Amino acid sequence: MQLQSMYQDIILDHYRNPHGRGLRDPFEAEVHHVNPTCGDEVTLRVHLDGDTIADVSYEGMGCSISQASVSAMYDLVVGKSVLEALGTGEQFMRLMQSKGDASVAEELEEDLEDAVAFAGVSKYPARVKCALMSWMALKDASARALSTTSEAN
Amino acid sequence: MTQTVSRPAGAHQVPLPLDVEAIRADFPILSRTVRDGRRLVYLDSGATSQKPRSVLDAERWFYENINAAPHRGAHQLAEEATGAYEAARASIGAFIGAPENEIVFTRNSTEAINLVAYALSNAVTAKEPEFRRYAVGQGDEIVVTEMEHHANLLPWQQLCERTGATLRWLGLTDDGRLDLSDLATVVNERTKLVAVTQQSNILGTINPLGDIVARAHEVGALVLVDGAQSVPHQPIDVTALGADFLVFSGHKMLGPTGVGVLWGRYEVLDALPPFLTGGSMIEVVRMEGSTFAAPPQKFEAGVPMTAQVIGLGAAVEYLQALGMDKVEAHEQALTGYALEQLQAIPGVTVIGPPDTVARGGAISFTVEGIHPHDVGQVLDDLGIAVRVGHHCAWPVVRRYGVPATTRATFYVHTGYDDIDALVEGVREAQRFFGVAPAVTQDGAS
Repeated sequence: MQLQSMYQDIILDHYRNPHGRGLRDPFEAEVHHVNPTCGDEVTLRVHLDGDTIADVSYEGMGCSISQASVSAMYDLVVGKSVLEALGTGEQFMRLMQSKGDASVAEELEEDLEDAVAFAGVSKYPARVKCALMSWMALKDASARALSTTSEAN
Repeated sequence: MTQTVSRPAGAHQVPLPLDVEAIRADFPILSRTVRDGRRLVYLDSGATSQKPRSVLDAERWFYENINAAPHRGAHQLAEEATGAYEAARASIGAFIGAPENEIVFTRNSTEAINLVAYALSNAVTAKEPEFRRYAVGQGDEIVVTEMEHHANLLPWQQLCERTGATLRWLGLTDDGRLDLSDLATVVNERTKLVAVTQQSNILGTINPLGDIVARAHEVGALVLVDGAQSVPHQPIDVTALGADFLVFSGHKMLGPTGVGVLWGRYEVLDALPPFLTGGSMIEVVRMEGSTFAAPPQKFEAGVPMTAQVIGLGAAVEYLQALGMDKVEAHEQALTGYALEQLQAIPGVTVIGPPDTVARGGAISFTVEGIHPHDVGQVLDDLGIAVRVGHHCAWPVVRRYGVPATTRATFYVHTGYDDIDALVEGVREAQRFFGVAPAVTQDGAS
């Protein structure tokens, strides 16, 4: 079976015991993203402290890949600057486009931490969008949060 | 792949009306393997069907022998292409009991429905008084159901937005059927058209169209039946159906992609303005204005999908040789067995009618604790192709409070071995995700 390459234990752990789940106050931006082909949804809030991501809170429903991805993302981005977090998002995108190329995963392992376990997903084009949904939501919410806070200043 | 799955006692497999092994030999794709050499268990015919060799041969034969634009040119190839195109129209019409001049070729069911929806709003501004008969405007109502595929919902939402008409709908009961308790009020004197599916693509429900057609005609409304999931699977006679329009897609009934059918009562087709305009749908063209051909040509602008139409003609021949009564009985037997086997798995819930009464071979289900995407992924790993998601019927999954379902659909090449593979695959998904019930019925492995 090829399944184990996609459903790494790390992914299943995040799915069963998600980190940071639940919507929390305060927040500067809230977005709702859907995957129109399958109906998966995530509502995601970003709270900034200056340009640092102080909190990401979320609620969503979807498959193990989409739910584990948002949990792993939470671990990666909270405490980083928006710029750093978006850079990590770019790296995750690269991993998703790697089509299972192990050298890409190896190169990104240090930066992506648990999220490198999603390398196996990149072999299944239909599932890549599941893994990316939360990162798209984060990008969207961060941009909105930044414009909100800059307007306030 | 060996079939060594033990069956629970009491499982009933009535003899299947169709010779599955002989039919499988007609479908080249069924001899390929998927995912590391596994037999392809194709349970996604509801999305698109596989094609028998005779359909593929018919398309190739057209291109190799008589390729030309039909209804244009006077050369021999054009004559032969026109002849083959029109012969296919006649046999496709006969398949549903309709004369050939009531058969309009479209790209698929979706385009056929859009054709009618746009014709109804084009009627508002038509310069020809005879084309304004069915015009839809403010104060008028269009009725659909909560069960519709997006293809039979969005064109009507859009028609209402263009014209100021109001969209109304019939709801669903908890057991996956249309709620007709308010039929008499939802379909009323203001109703201009009722659009309803004959068989739900997600629930499998077969709808009691007789009651709906009778009420609609009582108030002078047109009825459009979405036959995308019914025409491929049961005998249909448009006279008995009593509707004004029936749409279906070639690719779901063993035919090629890119061809669908709009059947309409001639009198209604004749009173509708065109949807797409251009070549070959005209009578006289002048710079100041033009007049149009009679149906069905009025609705077939441009060089048509000739090879696909001829391929669909071959598909219809293939189905007729099997016998649509047998196709229907075959799928009924499979559906009964699959419902029984799936519902025997703890944690599996069928979304839709739980038995075979007024129900076709589309079975949607959920597996407790596992998202449908993940169920589908495990099945795919075992070589089993199913559909997962909202099946282009988002309001239906919302109505039943699930984010999505896993759906298995059956056709002429489906056998009990395919269903056994599905059932074992669902159990494998439960084991893989650690939600397997403590006691399994097969006790194997």
